[in-house]
Amino acid sequence: MDTLSKEYELNFHRDSSHTLQVRLSGKWKIGNGLPNQERILDELEKEPGIRKIKLDTNDVAQWDSGLLVYLVEVNRIAEKRDIKICKEGLTDGVRSLFELASAVPEQTDSGKLGKSSFWIATIGIRARELGHDTVKFFEFIGNVFLSLGRLFQGKVRLQRTDFFLILQDCGPKALPIITLISILVGMILAFVGAIQLKMFGAQIYVANLVGLGMAREMGAMMASIIMAGRTGAAFAAQLGSMRVNEEIDALTTAGISPMDFLVLPRIISLTIMMPLLCIYANLMGIIGGAFVGVFMLDISPVAYFIQTREAVPLIHFAVGIIKSGVFGVLVAVAGCMRGMECGQSAGAVGDATTKAVVTAIVWIIVSDALLTIMFSIMDI
Amino acid sequence: MIPNDSPHIVVENLTMAYGDFVIQRDLNFTINRADIFIIMGGSGCGKSTLMRILIGLKRPAKGNVHYGDTNLWEVDSEQRREIMKGCGVLYQRGALWSSMTMAENIALPLREYTDLGPDQIRRVVSLKLALVGLAGFEEFYPSEISGGMQKRAGLARAMAMDPDILFFDEPSAGLDPISAHRLDKLILELRDSLGATIVVVTHELASIFNIGNNSVFLDAESKTMIASGDPKKLRKESDNPTVQQFLTRGMSNTEEKT
Ligand SMILES: Nc1ncnc2c1ncn2[C@@H]1O[C@H](COP(=O)(O)OP(=O)(O)O)[C@@H](O)[C@H]1O
Ligand SMILES: [Mg+2]
Repeated sequence: MDTLSKEYELNFHRDSSHTLQVRLSGKWKIGNGLPNQERILDELEKEPGIRKIKLDTNDVAQWDSGLLVYLVEVNRIAEKRDIKICKEGLTDGVRSLFELASAVPEQTDSGKLGKSSFWIATIGIRARELGHDTVKFFEFIGNVFLSLGRLFQGKVRLQRTDFFLILQDCGPKALPIITLISILVGMILAFVGAIQLKMFGAQIYVANLVGLGMAREMGAMMASIIMAGRTGAAFAAQLGSMRVNEEIDALTTAGISPMDFLVLPRIISLTIMMPLLCIYANLMGIIGGAFVGVFMLDISPVAYFIQTREAVPLIHFAVGIIKSGVFGVLVAVAGCMRGMECGQSAGAVGDATTKAVVTAIVWIIVSDALLTIMFSIMDI
Repeated sequence: MIPNDSPHIVVENLTMAYGDFVIQRDLNFTINRADIFIIMGGSGCGKSTLMRILIGLKRPAKGNVHYGDTNLWEVDSEQRREIMKGCGVLYQRGALWSSMTMAENIALPLREYTDLGPDQIRRVVSLKLALVGLAGFEEFYPSEISGGMQKRAGLARAMAMDPDILFFDEPSAGLDPISAHRLDKLILELRDSLGATIVVVTHELASIFNIGNNSVFLDAESKTMIASGDPKKLRKESDNPTVQQFLTRGMSNTEEKT
C-alpha cells in the first residue's frame, strides 16, 4: 500500500461471500476532499449476501474528521441494511471517536424530519397557518379589549413611570424624523403640482394641493409609516426579547397579566400620540410646500398662507386626524401582537420585528383605502 | 421538620407534547407538602416542559394536574391565576425583568398584591436580597450583574410573596460550587422554616442527594418516567440501568468491578 500518496485511498476486498473488507489508506484529511458512498453501495449491490463489513485503517497515514465522516456514513448504511460492522481493524484513536459518534442512535421521530413536503401540501399548510393567524389576531384584539375593560373598572393600574417612558418614546423622540420626512413630502407635493400649474399661470393653487394632500392623506400616512418602522418595530423587539428571556412567563406566574402590564400601555401611548404627530406632520408639510412656493414660484408667504387657510377648512384636518388615530391603534397592535407571539430564539426576535413592520404597513394601507371610501360616501 | 404526607400536587396520566411531537407520556406522581421534589433526567427529556405545565404556562396534551382539590387545567383562567400567585418560580435563565432594577423586580408582585406601603416594601426587598447574598444591589439593573447573581436575584423574586410552593429550574447551573452549595442550604432552610413545598429541576448529583427526598426520573428514549421516589434509595435499589448510570455518573460498572 502506498502510504506516501497525497490522497485517500479505498480498497474493497471480499474475504468470503459474507464479508466485505474495506481498507482505508493514505491521507484522510478534510482538505483533500471526501469520497462519496457510491463505491461501497455498488459493492454491496453487486453481491447482496454480505452480512459483515470489516473496517481496516491500519495503513492510514494521516487523518482527521474526514475519516470519521466516512466511517460514520458507512456505519449508517450498514445499520439500514442490517449489516454488522467489525471494528477490529480500526486504530485506537479512530475507534474511540467512532464509537462515541455512534453511541447515541439518531433521533428519528422528532417531528422535524420529513419537513419537505409536496408543494400542494405546502399550500395547504400555509392556508391552515393563515386560518390560525386570523384566529390569533381576533383573540389578541379580544384580550386587548378585556384588558381595557379592566383598566376602566379600575382593576389594573398603568405603571406610571413605565407609561410615561413609553409615551415619551412614541411622541417627542419621534419628532426629528417626522419633521424631516414631512417637510420633504410637502416639498415633493409642491414640486409635482408646480410644474403642472405653472402651465396655466395658476401657481398659487400649489397651496391648495399641498394643504389638502397633507391634511387628508399624507400627514397621517407618513407619520404612521414612520411610527411603524420606528416604534412598532421597537415594541415587537422589546416584547420578543422579553419572551426569549422568559420574562413574560415570569410575569404570568407572578399573577400579573402581560396584557395589562406590557401591551396596554403601549397601545394607549401610541393611540394618544399618533394624532398629535399627525397634526405636527401636517404643519411641517405645509411649511415644506411654502418653501417651494416662496422661493421657486415667487408667491409671497402671506399670500401662500391665506390661500392655504381658505382652501383647507378644518374638516379636512379632522379627516386626517381620525385616520391617524386608527393607524396608531393598528401599528401598536401589530407590534405588540408580533412581539407576544415571538418564538424562543434570537432569530425569532428578528422575524417578529420584520413581521410587525410588514403587518403594520399592510394594515395602514388597507384601512386607509377603506376609510377614504367611507369618507367619500359620507361626503366629507 | 419531618415532611407530612398530605399531597400537594398530584399528576395523573400526563402526556406532554409540542404539536404532534410527544415529549413524555403517562406521567403519574404525587408531590407531598414540604417535599423537596426533584425532577431529573438527561437534558432535552422535557424537565422544563413538565415544570411549565405544573405552573400553568403550558396546557398538557392529556391528563390532569391537581393542586389539592383543584384541577389546574379544568378551572377557568382566573382561578388558575390565583393558584399561580401562590407559586414562586425561578426560571432557568433567571428571567429578571430587564427594564427594572433588582429592587423593582422584587417589589412588583408586592406592590400589586399586598397593601404594604413603599417603605415597608423597601424593607422586605432588602431582606429578600440579603437572604440570597445580594444585600446592597437594590439599584442595579439585571444587565449590570453576573449570571450567577441574576439567578440569585431571580430566587429572591420568587420568594417575594412567601409562596407555599417554589419551583426551581436548574438553580445551580452556571453557579460556582460554593454558591451552588449555599443555594442548596438555602433551599433546605426555606423548606424547614417556611414549610414550603419545593420542586427542583436539576441534574446536579450533589444537589439531588443533598436536598431531595422525593423525585421523578424522566427518560428521553422511552419518553416516560422510569423511576420515582427518594433519590438516595433509587441509587441503592433501582435496577434500571439508565437510572443507575445517571445517579452514579456512569461509574456503576467500575464500582462493581473494584
Ligand atoms: N417551544 C418548543 N417548541 C417545540 N419543541 C420544543 C419547545 N421547547 C422545547 N422543545 C423540545 O422539547 C424537548 C424538551 O425540552 P425541555 O423541556 O426544555 O428539556 P429539558 O429542560 O429537560 O432540558 C426538547 O427535545 C426540545 O427540543
Ligand atoms: Mg430545561
